[in-house]
Amino acid sequence: MRRSRYSLFLVLTTLLMQRSAQAHLVTTGLGPVYDGIGHFSLSPDDSIPVVALGLLAGLRGKGPGRGVMFQLPLAWFGGGVAGLMANTAPSIPLRCISFMLAGVLVATDLRLPDMAVVGVAMAIGFMHGFLDGAGFQAAGPGKGALQLLGIAAMIFVIATMTAALVVSIRSYWARIVVRVAGSWVAAIGLLMLGWALRRVQ
Amino acid sequence: MNRSVRMTRWVTFLWTIATILILSQPAQAHIVAGESGGFLSGLKHPWSGWDHICAMVAVGMWGAQLGVPAIWVLPVTFPVIMAFGGFLGLIGVRFPGDQIGDEIGIAASAIMLGLVVLMAARPPLAAAMTLVGIFGLCHGYAHGRELPPGQSGLLYSIGFVVATGTLHALGITIGLLHRWKAGRGFIRTAGAAITLAGFYFLYSAFHEEPEKPASPPAAVSTVMSLQSVTAISVHGVS
Repeated sequence: MRRSRYSLFLVLTTLLMQRSAQAHLVTTGLGPVYDGIGHFSLSPDDSIPVVALGLLAGLRGKGPGRGVMFQLPLAWFGGGVAGLMANTAPSIPLRCISFMLAGVLVATDLRLPDMAVVGVAMAIGFMHGFLDGAGFQAAGPGKGALQLLGIAAMIFVIATMTAALVVSIRSYWARIVVRVAGSWVAAIGLLMLGWALRRVQ
Repeated sequence: MNRSVRMTRWVTFLWTIATILILSQPAQAHIVAGESGGFLSGLKHPWSGWDHICAMVAVGMWGAQLGVPAIWVLPVTFPVIMAFGGFLGLIGVRFPGDQIGDEIGIAASAIMLGLVVLMAARPPLAAAMTLVGIFGLCHGYAHGRELPPGQSGLLYSIGFVVATGTLHALGITIGLLHRWKAGRGFIRTAGAAITLAGFYFLYSAFHEEPEKPASPPAAVSTVMSLQSVTAISVHGVS
């Protein structure tokens, strides 16, 4: 009898709580910070460039690795806040450019100065953050800043782990694998650009 | 635990699941509205055609035969140039001969790459990159733009590039047999097989009718016709 009541209560609760997830974000039901984490984790258009920037920073050594670790999430958050205020996202396929730029830099293993690596990471971070912020605002008023905080936290973790992994690599072949991954990212960016331009046509 | 209690639990469990499933609504989420999936389509596309498999594996094997740095330069070059070919196709650039030209280019890639593996050719790195690049362009042009309707271009592209890279890795792994004498013979034999397969693809290119563009399903055609009628009735015929 008690079990039947329990199951009836469970079903009624489920019925009452039904609602659609009308959101740009992947709604986790755990609050805006986790929504941000969920959004980033399930958005390859955001997460792949972060991994690529982590690879780039790692290839260049400890200095850029440390710089990217902190500056990238900050720039992303700053761009996100700017996007929340701007409310409109540019129609240019900017994400494709970040894929290509980060991918080519990793694939060629270009010996950029430390500041340039951090600068590229910050520019890409700001741009993606701006697009995210504008997207959140366009999806409806919400707790965009907290969502961005979740995204920034996730970026910190992913960039740190990726850069640390690559900095520790000593093997010639492992560095080659990293560069091959960069070429894949650049190739994906190029195809994305093609899709974006085809939609425009 | 007696049988009736177990039954009751099962019924409750199934009832709960059924209720959730029946009442669940689509998650109208994320910015890429109307697009779902695509990664698996992209991933399986290069594996679904022997022409693509032969060329990718041959690139990997040839790279392994050539040794450092070609072993990694070729697989790095190929995806980027292939993506560039896909990009050209997507923005509407037409290659000479269009579809039949694609097929010939792809068949030629299998023949040429098979031959260089068979002969264990050792041209300068720039020449090897150029050859691989030209064929990468053909493959990207032919396959990179074949996105199934309603799927995400990004996810398709990720799957497509990852699958191509995996095929290269397979070719490099086979090519590592080059270290042993018997392995060298095996790789050359594989090159010969790829060349023969290339001739078969070439034969098919000339003897098979090119695919006609798919006509829209009847329901879509009906809706489009109705839309046209409505548009004419609202705006008149200019």
